[in-house]
Amino acid sequence: MIRNARKDTLIAYVLIAPFVAIYGLIFVYPTIDMFILSFKDAPLIAFGPQTAEWTGLDNYTRLPDDRRFGTAFWNTAYFVLLSVVPGTLVALAIALGITRLSGRLQSLVLALFFLPYILPVSVVYRIWDWTLNFQFGIAMHLFDTLGIDRVPIFKTSTWFMPAVAFVTIWWTCGFSILLFLAGLRAIPAEIYEAAELDNANRWTVFRKLTWPLLWPVTALVLTIQLILQLKIFDQVYLFSVGGRPNDNLVMVYYIYQRAFQNDDGGRAAAIAVVLFMIVIIVSVLNFQLLRLAERKT
Amino acid sequence: MNLARTRRVNIAGAIITVITVIAAIIWAFPIYWGIVSSFKLEDEVVRPYIELWPEHPTLRHYWFALTQTQIGSWYVNSVATALGVTVLTVSTSLLVGYAISQLRFPGRRVLWWLILASFMVPTQVLIINHFVLIANMGLLNTWAGIILPQLIHPVVIIVYKQFFDQVPKEFREAAVMDNASELRILSKVYIPMNWGVTTALSIVTFIWAWNAFLWPFLAVTRTEMMTITVGITQVSDAFGVYYARQLASAVLAGFPVALAYLLFQRRVTQAITLSAGIKG
Repeated sequence: MIRNARKDTLIAYVLIAPFVAIYGLIFVYPTIDMFILSFKDAPLIAFGPQTAEWTGLDNYTRLPDDRRFGTAFWNTAYFVLLSVVPGTLVALAIALGITRLSGRLQSLVLALFFLPYILPVSVVYRIWDWTLNFQFGIAMHLFDTLGIDRVPIFKTSTWFMPAVAFVTIWWTCGFSILLFLAGLRAIPAEIYEAAELDNANRWTVFRKLTWPLLWPVTALVLTIQLILQLKIFDQVYLFSVGGRPNDNLVMVYYIYQRAFQNDDGGRAAAIAVVLFMIVIIVSVLNFQLLRLAERKT
Repeated sequence: MNLARTRRVNIAGAIITVITVIAAIIWAFPIYWGIVSSFKLEDEVVRPYIELWPEHPTLRHYWFALTQTQIGSWYVNSVATALGVTVLTVSTSLLVGYAISQLRFPGRRVLWWLILASFMVPTQVLIINHFVLIANMGLLNTWAGIILPQLIHPVVIIVYKQFFDQVPKEFREAAVMDNASELRILSKVYIPMNWGVTTALSIVTFIWAWNAFLWPFLAVTRTEMMTITVGITQVSDAFGVYYARQLASAVLAGFPVALAYLLFQRRVTQAITLSAGIKG
């Protein structure tokens, strides 16, 4: 049973070599490069040691007075607020409805709710741009019936973020629904049978049994959603075309704008580092909370 | 008394069921509406009342998209890059997952930490440096340039490691007794025992890659090199403000992934729950 340890090591290195090469090139190196670039005054293309100048913390110290940075930061926070908790609650409600069904009806209903998640963002954009179209959108008939004035939703600042959050919830909910369904399936049926004998009503059962037992999954869904929505770009970019991009900026959008439209690699990298830090801090805090949540149950 | 109570509960249950079904139909309705509109004539599409079925069903928008735009090349680009991402991600992740799960070697812990760390790093923040890197390598507007930065999927490694950990040790010991080499053990024991996971992970990786927007959008400037996900939003002059035409191009872009999901529903569900760290 004694294996040659050196041979093992050699084989292991051969197996991990392709991965290490790829990760070194497209993960480790760009991450380090991002930090370095953030201390330089450099254009996006053709920067390097010869052209770029070290500017110390300049790219960072300019951020607090940067109007567009402020917009991007608060819009991201606003978007997170509009999408994370509401999206999680919607997914939970749908999952509770789906678990009651069985057989083919259940898979059909699940498929209907899940289908949007599988679609590319540009298709989601086309569908909703059409559905909410100011002149011809079918949703505007609903507005008319309800007596709400028609608005060009994605061209109006007050409507923009809530509408994008709404579309995002519609698009990504399927993922959270799957997690909730897995969580609900893991709750043993005997627990509910015991509650039935006690004549507990539906709401009490949910509040005293389902909700606490499901809490670890809920915490997980909230975590994943939060980290995902901090990185929002695609929907905001697509729905802003022809609208007011500068009012709708979010963090990744601003990185894109600084780097690719203003050709300002250094300052863009500084914004990227800020977002990087925010995501890392939120992730670490979240995973600590998740561990606490798991320990409690 | 007890009977009345049960009946009331059942009625409430039936109402919840009906609401769920109706909600599902409303939920998916925009997709139906998009598809149905793409089969209408342009002047039917803009009628001020709702027609749930086209009066004169037509394929002309699809014909237009396929013959007058570059959708054909975009399809080829999407298939090629999504397959490239899938094959490279799944194969390299499988090897690393196996090494970490079954072999002991110096640097194993560091490697595992690197993988877990990359799980937290948002790839979106790396776009600037990815762009500079790919540009310096001369790979902008190429398939390789679109594929490379999309190969960060630590979750695939983590899932593989979990599954390899669960393979009973006896299989390995028996193979080692027979003097089988590591590669043989991997290809004859560990891979065949986990075909299900490999299929599931491949399907979702393909869907992720097909749907990728931000990076393919940055890496390509020439229209004929775009993936379909990017192309249908970027070349607006080809489509103009013809709603039905735009929707037809969107249906073409979404069709392959929607089909993949409908065909492999169970596998997709399994892979997604696994990717979140829940045993499906």
